[in-house]
Amino acid sequence: MKKTILLVLGICIIQCSVNAQSNALIEKVSAKLNIVNDYVAMGVMKTDVAFIKASLGKVKVYYKKPNLLKVKKEWGISLLPKGGVSVTLNSLLNNKQYIAIESGMQMFKGKQLQAIKLIPTDEKLDWVISTLWIDPVEALVYKTFTTTKENGTYEITMEYGQYASYGLPSKIIFGFNTKDYKLPNGITLEFGDEDPAAKQKALKQKKGTIEITYANYVINKGVSNSMF
Amino acid sequence: MWPIIQIELFKIYKRPRTYIAFGAIAALILVIQMGLKIDGEAYAAFLMKDINDTLTVDGKVLNGYLICYILLQLLLVHVPLLVALIAADMLSGEANLGTLRLLFTTPYSRTQWVLAKFVAASIYTILLLIWLAFLALFVSMWVFGRDDLFLMKSNYVVLIQEQDVFWRYLGAFVFASFSLLTVAALGFLMSSLANNSIGPIVATISAIVFFTILSTLNIPLFNVVKPYLFTTHMNNWKEFFDIQVNESNDAITGSILNVAKIKNSMMVLTVHIGLFVGASVWIMKKKDILS
Amino acid sequence: MSVIKVQSLSKNFGALKAVDQLSFEVEAGQVYGFLGQNGSGKSTTIRMLLSLIHPSEGQIEIFGQSLTNNRSAILEQVGAVIERPDLYPYLTAQEHLTLFAKLRKQKISASKIEATLSQVGLLARANDKVQTYSLGMKQRLGIGIALLHDPALIILDEPTNGLDPQGIADIRQLIKSLSKDQGKTVLVSSHLLSEIEQIATHILIIHQGKKMAEGPTSSLLDPNKTIVQIKTLDDLDAKQKLMDSVYRSNILERSEGLYLSIPKLEIPALNTFLVASNIALLSLESKNSLEDYFLQLTSTY
Repeated sequence: MKKTILLVLGICIIQCSVNAQSNALIEKVSAKLNIVNDYVAMGVMKTDVAFIKASLGKVKVYYKKPNLLKVKKEWGISLLPKGGVSVTLNSLLNNKQYIAIESGMQMFKGKQLQAIKLIPTDEKLDWVISTLWIDPVEALVYKTFTTTKENGTYEITMEYGQYASYGLPSKIIFGFNTKDYKLPNGITLEFGDEDPAAKQKALKQKKGTIEITYANYVINKGVSNSMF
Repeated sequence: MWPIIQIELFKIYKRPRTYIAFGAIAALILVIQMGLKIDGEAYAAFLMKDINDTLTVDGKVLNGYLICYILLQLLLVHVPLLVALIAADMLSGEANLGTLRLLFTTPYSRTQWVLAKFVAASIYTILLLIWLAFLALFVSMWVFGRDDLFLMKSNYVVLIQEQDVFWRYLGAFVFASFSLLTVAALGFLMSSLANNSIGPIVATISAIVFFTILSTLNIPLFNVVKPYLFTTHMNNWKEFFDIQVNESNDAITGSILNVAKIKNSMMVLTVHIGLFVGASVWIMKKKDILS
Repeated sequence: MSVIKVQSLSKNFGALKAVDQLSFEVEAGQVYGFLGQNGSGKSTTIRMLLSLIHPSEGQIEIFGQSLTNNRSAILEQVGAVIERPDLYPYLTAQEHLTLFAKLRKQKISASKIEATLSQVGLLARANDKVQTYSLGMKQRLGIGIALLHDPALIILDEPTNGLDPQGIADIRQLIKSLSKDQGKTVLVSSHLLSEIEQIATHILIIHQGKKMAEGPTSSLLDPNKTIVQIKTLDDLDAKQKLMDSVYRSNILERSEGLYLSIPKLEIPALNTFLVASNIALLSLESKNSLEDYFLQLTSTY
């Protein structure tokens, strides 16, 4: 009996110590992100979905604490993963309503990253679970994998450049699952000219990505709420 | 030949029937535009049902360019019928009226008259198309504004940037003029075979309906003849609105997916126009004017 | 000089011979009456003269030129009204004349158009649409179009059809004036002898596509002349013997029967010739006049 109590105690102590380490890393990341109250970033957006043919488009990304984010195409129509924008890093970390569990080190693009799982403590939150891959040295998140309640799973990959000190990526890639796309020929009035190759491609490839490459950030210069 | 073309144009201008097609197009377009203005969002939501499951589309999807595309999709199927009303009556209507003998006893040859009449019918057809373009494109742009063209095809979606759209419409209208001139030429051929107005109009419309059905049915037996049917090619103006993508799946601005298909269709339509008009000239040269 | 020269002209519509080996000549300045019952082949012949119908065989020369090879040049000098005055109902008389004026090489002035409208009595209604015109007015407008470019040859197919007596008189007067005052050559067709005899200087009678009689009106309608029908046991032999005699020019062609147009006083001499030529004569009957003869043709069919 004693042995069992000691074992459980031991595990709890180790666990607490690991969680404490995870929380410390998350805190470090949060602290970096907290430097930024708002930003406006110029970028180029690329949409890669099997059933969508779209060209690169210039976008402006607006952010304001705690979790307001808006991607606006300079002109024209923009396509964003449904709900994907709302599960960005800031929205995950800002309210601190989560439990962080360390889940080992993993190699990602040549970097040794700490994987940390976040479980929300508030049932009202949109997401169910999220995994963050963090560089413990730079305190930068390189990848997140988030499962939402309503909009499926999103994978967000980030690359960093000159704004790394603010925890802001130079490139962000939203990965998401796509559903089948099909409109009846009777509606599109496209008879007899179906391209079988395009159809095949659309069926096979069920993953889509939207990639934004940032050119520059204007940080902490104030962003009006009307932008969101 | 210019004087007789002028005469034919003047007669078309003076005929009350000429304006039926212009009126019909205006009525159709305005009704559709009104419907889409009032309830277009619901229509767009219906079209984008599959997309909205995955993506958030931000922007003015239901803009003038998309409205024009929807209108052309609907109308370019029906405008040929209106073209047939005039073209299929050009020779037979005069035969029926008895005025063909007035024309054929002038110093101009029958070949000249037939060609002049076809030129006049072609000018009428092109004016009808310009009217359609004005209402469908420019009025839509004015009423619904402009934005990127978010085009939902059967198996995929094409997003064409606003500045890359207008020239495509110009191309599509030029292509459509070939399609409609083929219909005019067919109507003309039917017209050369009859001495009354109704027969050739009905025959032309029937031929278009019949060949359109053959062109749209995916039955192996019909697939053999499909490439040679003008109806297979008439709707290929849509090819102007499909775009090439590079290896990274980025759409290439200013590109057309299948230029060869457009060229081939235009060639097939041109050959049909030549054959139909040539046959009309031959028939009219041989014909005894008994009316 | 022959304005129209037709040789062995035929037109077949399937098995039907609408015109059968028809030959005739129209001289300059003549009013040439083309007489025949409805369906006799008049309109078909006129349409062939205007290149509306392609002949099955035969030659047509107008102004000394082949119609086949010089159609445009010939039609530049021809004005025609064929059967009904079919016009564009949605155009006015003024618009009709303005349009058709454009089709001629020579420039036709607005004053000429006005003069033509006046000539055919349509000046007051020049700007009314043709759909509001009576048949007579349409006919006059048709003639106006035919006369507009001052043609040397005018072809009028049944120009008095459907007109009231005043309209008929007006057209008759116009045709006479065209020939007499302006020296035009006029070919006019009708199924009414009474109509033709009042205006034509020469008459050709056509029946079932064949020429029945041809000659100056004064000669054909000479009250001293008569049509004699000869019935024999062998018409072919009789006709051959007459062809070889002085009566050759008096023979009237017809598909059946043998007819001669001769002065009444020559009937005894003809009888003597037939007997002397050993022709087995059954009867020799005088039809009194060309009118009787024509009436017989039209009543038989």
